[in-house]
Amino acid sequence: MKESGFVPILNGQAIPLSEIPVSSLDDFQNGIVQGVHDGLRLACLCVDAEQRMLSVLADDAAKQLWVGRSRLAQASYSSITPHCVQASLFEREIAEQFGFVPEGHPWFKPVRFHASWTEGRDAWGRTSTPAPAVMDFFTVSGEEVHEVAVGPVHAGVIEPGHFRFQCHGETVLHLEIALGFQHRGIERAMVGGPHPLSLKHAETVSGDATIAHAWAYCRNMEGLAGVTVPPRSEWIRGVALELERMANHVGDLGALAGDVGFLPTASFCGRIRGEWLNLSAEVCGSRLGRDWLKPGGLRYELEPDLAERLLPRMAKAWQDTRDAIELLWGAASVMNRFEAAGHVDEGQAREIGMVGLAARACGIGLDVRKDHPFGPYADHPVPVSLAESGNVHSRAWVRWLELAESYRFLTEALQGLALAPADPAPAALPPLAPDSLCVALTEGWRGEVLHLALTDSKGRFSRYKIVDPSFHNWFGVALAMRGEQISDFPICNKSFNLSYCGHDL
Amino acid sequence: MSEFPFVHSLQVLLHILTALLLSPLIPGLINKVKALMAGRVGPPVFQLYYDLAKLSQKQAVFSRTTTWIFLAGPVGTVAAGLVAAMLVPFGQDHAPMHFQGDVILFAYLFGLARFLTVLSALDTGSSFEGMGAAREVTFAALAEPALFLGFAALAKSTGSLSLSTMLAHTGPLFRFSGPLVLVLAGWAIVYMAENSRIPVDDPNTHLELTMIHEVMVLDHSGRPFALVLYGASLKLLVLGALLVGPILPRNAGPLLNWLEFYLALVFLAVVVGFAESVMARFRMTKVPQFLVAGVLATAFAFLLMLV
Repeated sequence: MKESGFVPILNGQAIPLSEIPVSSLDDFQNGIVQGVHDGLRLACLCVDAEQRMLSVLADDAAKQLWVGRSRLAQASYSSITPHCVQASLFEREIAEQFGFVPEGHPWFKPVRFHASWTEGRDAWGRTSTPAPAVMDFFTVSGEEVHEVAVGPVHAGVIEPGHFRFQCHGETVLHLEIALGFQHRGIERAMVGGPHPLSLKHAETVSGDATIAHAWAYCRNMEGLAGVTVPPRSEWIRGVALELERMANHVGDLGALAGDVGFLPTASFCGRIRGEWLNLSAEVCGSRLGRDWLKPGGLRYELEPDLAERLLPRMAKAWQDTRDAIELLWGAASVMNRFEAAGHVDEGQAREIGMVGLAARACGIGLDVRKDHPFGPYADHPVPVSLAESGNVHSRAWVRWLELAESYRFLTEALQGLALAPADPAPAALPPLAPDSLCVALTEGWRGEVLHLALTDSKGRFSRYKIVDPSFHNWFGVALAMRGEQISDFPICNKSFNLSYCGHDL
Repeated sequence: MSEFPFVHSLQVLLHILTALLLSPLIPGLINKVKALMAGRVGPPVFQLYYDLAKLSQKQAVFSRTTTWIFLAGPVGTVAAGLVAAMLVPFGQDHAPMHFQGDVILFAYLFGLARFLTVLSALDTGSSFEGMGAAREVTFAALAEPALFLGFAALAKSTGSLSLSTMLAHTGPLFRFSGPLVLVLAGWAIVYMAENSRIPVDDPNTHLELTMIHEVMVLDHSGRPFALVLYGASLKLLVLGALLVGPILPRNAGPLLNWLEFYLALVFLAVVVGFAESVMARFRMTKVPQFLVAGVLATAFAFLLMLV
């Protein structure tokens, strides 16, 4: 990687921009293609405020990240997607944001349907403001083929997204997903920051992964300001993240049960998810963990006596969780549904760069907590939970295994926190290092959350890039539906439970 | 026929009132059982009455692509259901209407209702409703033979083609015998399929891609939708009467007979609620196998009657 001009950094480490060489586009692209070919993962590919392309490759085995950049001289460049599928959505995103056209991109369509950020340069030559999901969809023709369009308004209370199925009878030949209905412009709102709302913006990238995104933002701030967080505060952040994981996994397993019409688990989990959310609320006053974290430490301490009080409540919630979910594994009718649907091949999952629990369900042992340890996870590791079949059952089973591991971590953490005195409130953060770059990864409950911050000469954000795990994984949902029954789409989709707003930013 | 005309007219009146007024109680009971099984309080037993009252005060929204056929579905369902309700004996020996061959009318009244519902679904031009209609007729084609083979077994046993005789006078030999058990097993499957219950369909699902019956009525609203809900509850009642008919002992006085009938319906609702609480829905590809099991059960019952 070094010969292509890439520089190794660690998760959360700031580096002056001057230390990252600006390579030629060929070297840069070759570096990415070769790196991905050698088993690295394209974690991020974006363009910065000075129209330079920037890439973060994750070497999960070596626990390090490679950063490289290159100048884009013209409005078009040769696409690397044909050689590296992981770049597909990133190149489309760059085209949409800055108007750089990747020549030879096999699936060149908008991602979020917003106007170009570069005045007067649109990759598709559009002049009016684009509307979401207005594009040419992939179609299959033939006498017996029919098309089913679902959304953006759905029958349930879920986020908006448009799904276009090409079906032969009940069998899905292809599914194309058009998102962008929730585009709020978070990345652009972060530019010029940090300002008082920046943390809020990070927290609302995807509300159900508030802690994961807030933590990534805080680590960027701390990295750029050169501040270390006291170990006890890091531990509490771990508690916050694992509580978030517990609540979401419990909710998802309940929702999966509901989608196959298995009532007991569906009903119980709806309530029990609330128990886990309430534990977060007990500490910070918000069930989603809003405002719990702040750059430099925590806004809400978890006092030793509170930790003591939370332990029995948590044990009760865990007992209920186990009772409710074990019913699921005991029901043959449920297992039959789960095992028959939503298969994603391990090879395909690696090729498209799937992350998080969806990848672990295919037998890929990716976990930021292990691969790029942050916060308390270096000292208090959480074992990686794996399944092999890559189907709905695997994704449910990985959730179940992770619940047990998270509970173990939470118990250990709360017991430790009950003994250690609380940290003093964090001091105000010093100014951020100017002309620097910092990449922070956290493992949200869906998977790898990446925040990349670039500062200008005054130490303000000149570019802030966010990659939610959903961005990597949405294409996995489409793959999981190939050749499946269209009536199995709801459980397939729910087994991933990806974020629409996290993708749309 | 009862020896006392007064008692007879009273029973006919009771029959009509039961058909008209009591059917919305059955979904209420099923939902209550499901809620209790899941540790919830659940909606009141009378919820469907409240819903019907609410919907009947609402205006309907009609898609511009629909025609009068769109209304024929809900109206036809209720009309066919009410006529069918007059052909099945409830608590008395004879239904208000009975004649040789009414069993054919009975079966095809439901066929007519389905035909109209499917047409009104196709009338919307929605791809969901088209899918739902395709599923409905596919599964109905498999459920119908089970219904008819059951009728054939009963007809062989009673020598009659009138539902009133077939259900209320199955004969001492037939009651609690192997063939009857087989017929009831087959019909229980038909009952779940026709009423879109778990494991065939999920009446509570909001997932438009997985629904069978519910997806066909997605575009209905207001009063037509009230008719759809009422029609569905009628079907639960009428097919329920069909299912419990052959096992009810009908030798006691009229009062006791009616009491038995109501208790049997409540029991049926509890069983349905219980079944829905302990299992998940089948995968769509498995439903035909399930229905074929029903056909086989009734076919064997018929074969046994021939021997």
